[in-house]
Amino acid sequence: MKVVLHIWRQSKKSTQQNFAQDGKMVRYELDHVSADMSFLEMLDVLNEQLTKKGEEPVAFDHDCREGICGSCGVMIDGQPHGPQRGTTTCQLHMRSFKDGAEIYIEPWRAAAFPVVRDLVVDRASFDRVVQSGAFISVNTGAAQDANAIPVPKPDADKAFDAATCIGCGACVAACKNASAMLFVGAKVSHFVHLPQGRVERELRAKNLVAAMDKEGFGNCTNQYECEAACPKEIPVRVIADMNREYLRSKIKEEPPSNKRVGGDG
Amino acid sequence: MTWLFQFWRSSIGGKVIMAITGFLLFGFVIAHLLGNLQLLSGPDKINAYAKMLHDLGPLLWVARIGLLAIFVLHVATGIRLSRANKAARPVPYAREATLQATFASRSMVLTGLSLLAFIVYHLLHFTLGVTNPEHYARKAAGAGGHDVYAMVTTSFSNPAIVAAYVVFQVVLFFHLKHGIQSLAQTLGLSHRRFMAMIQKLSFLLAAVLAGGNAILALSVLFGIVKAAQ
Ligand code: HEM
Ligand code: FES
Repeated sequence: MKVVLHIWRQSKKSTQQNFAQDGKMVRYELDHVSADMSFLEMLDVLNEQLTKKGEEPVAFDHDCREGICGSCGVMIDGQPHGPQRGTTTCQLHMRSFKDGAEIYIEPWRAAAFPVVRDLVVDRASFDRVVQSGAFISVNTGAAQDANAIPVPKPDADKAFDAATCIGCGACVAACKNASAMLFVGAKVSHFVHLPQGRVERELRAKNLVAAMDKEGFGNCTNQYECEAACPKEIPVRVIADMNREYLRSKIKEEPPSNKRVGGDG
Repeated sequence: MTWLFQFWRSSIGGKVIMAITGFLLFGFVIAHLLGNLQLLSGPDKINAYAKMLHDLGPLLWVARIGLLAIFVLHVATGIRLSRANKAARPVPYAREATLQATFASRSMVLTGLSLLAFIVYHLLHFTLGVTNPEHYARKAAGAGGHDVYAMVTTSFSNPAIVAAYVVFQVVLFFHLKHGIQSLAQTLGLSHRRFMAMIQKLSFLLAAVLAGGNAILALSVLFGIVKAAQ
């Protein structure tokens, strides 16, 4: 099959300082594409041809190519990871497109995800959010007996749904407000349904939300684009979980001193 | 105070303020419609109701100032959040797609600002008597200065005014259709069954409120509620 690609290309001279805007959509025609190729393999073919012609290949992120590392996210025709639901770009195949299709490929667009080059963005903001509280800080030692701490099946399922997050950033890319609330909600929800995670629930919710706000992500307006875009199909329930946990932690928060709290009463 | 300000400044705190103030405004819209339904029972009922409200004296002012404060908070927080949302995506996509967001959810800022414009007009019309002083004069002329029935029915005999009110009820419908169920999510309700119920209820309540207001105006225009002489 034949496809016409429109790809965001950074200009040669663009630097770390002006990478956000300095580029444009460039048109490429690609022939003899097999319908069984993955989307990334199709880009590999394009890059081989560009290299042969002495042009700069298109920079794009990828690693596992089996849908688990979360590095291959690009916007395809306005949809994160392309038109197929619950699928990463590396697992998307060219049979999802019509012969002769015009395909628009762009990097994630968010202030918190600066473009590094072409389709590659810097997602370190996600790492900083995770470092602020998406963990359990007690030393767990050796693995415990599996049934030492009973966890009801529905709770385990909720935690697991949230834990399937691969941190790809599709939620931010899809969100009309570039909000990271599905990602951060997944971190909150991942822990709060489990007894081990509940110990630090107040601190975790507060720190995660503060870190998220500091990175300059937008605010959720409950449009649920993230849920439709998530390659792991994480439900927006995790955002409600986070809202509730944050509210709970702010209500439970007390001023540091306990002196004379009753005043003269 | 710093606690409260920090809460308001945070993303989720801002959303929670939107939800709580939105809920209170939603409650006001219900009360407002219930009060005005007395128009159907004729001049005596609604005029007595108007007099009762006015006789509250200082309490009426407490209610007015409280309502204004809630409203200002709702609008100010909405503007702060949507500006932050714009700043979060400085470079737009060349190709945009919408996967499952509704028209109502995508137009919240637009419907909200239209409501602001409408509410200003509504107050100028009936509360301050600026836009149609001749309608306002009807109120003072009868029923001991509380002839709301005469004022409202003369206004809604004018098709242009009725059209404006009906159009803004459509706007209110879209704002509330998304808003009511959205506030449940914002306040942390994540129960599958109840969330599904609230989404249906949100549509229904929005339709009943907006429809109720529109029907009142239309029933004057079509003579179902008789215009005062
Ligand atoms: C002056 C006009 C108004 C403006 C500018 C405005 C603006 C907004 C905005 C920007 C949102 C957030 C959008 C979102 O979360 O998707 C919102 C939410 C909401 N508004 Fe308004 N609004 C206005 C008037 C009203 C009125 C009169 C009501 C009540 C009848 C109302 C009820 C709500 C509700 C229930 C929400 C949902 C809160 C949530 O998402 O959690 N608004 N409004
Ligand atoms: S390359 Fe790892 S998820 Fe696609």
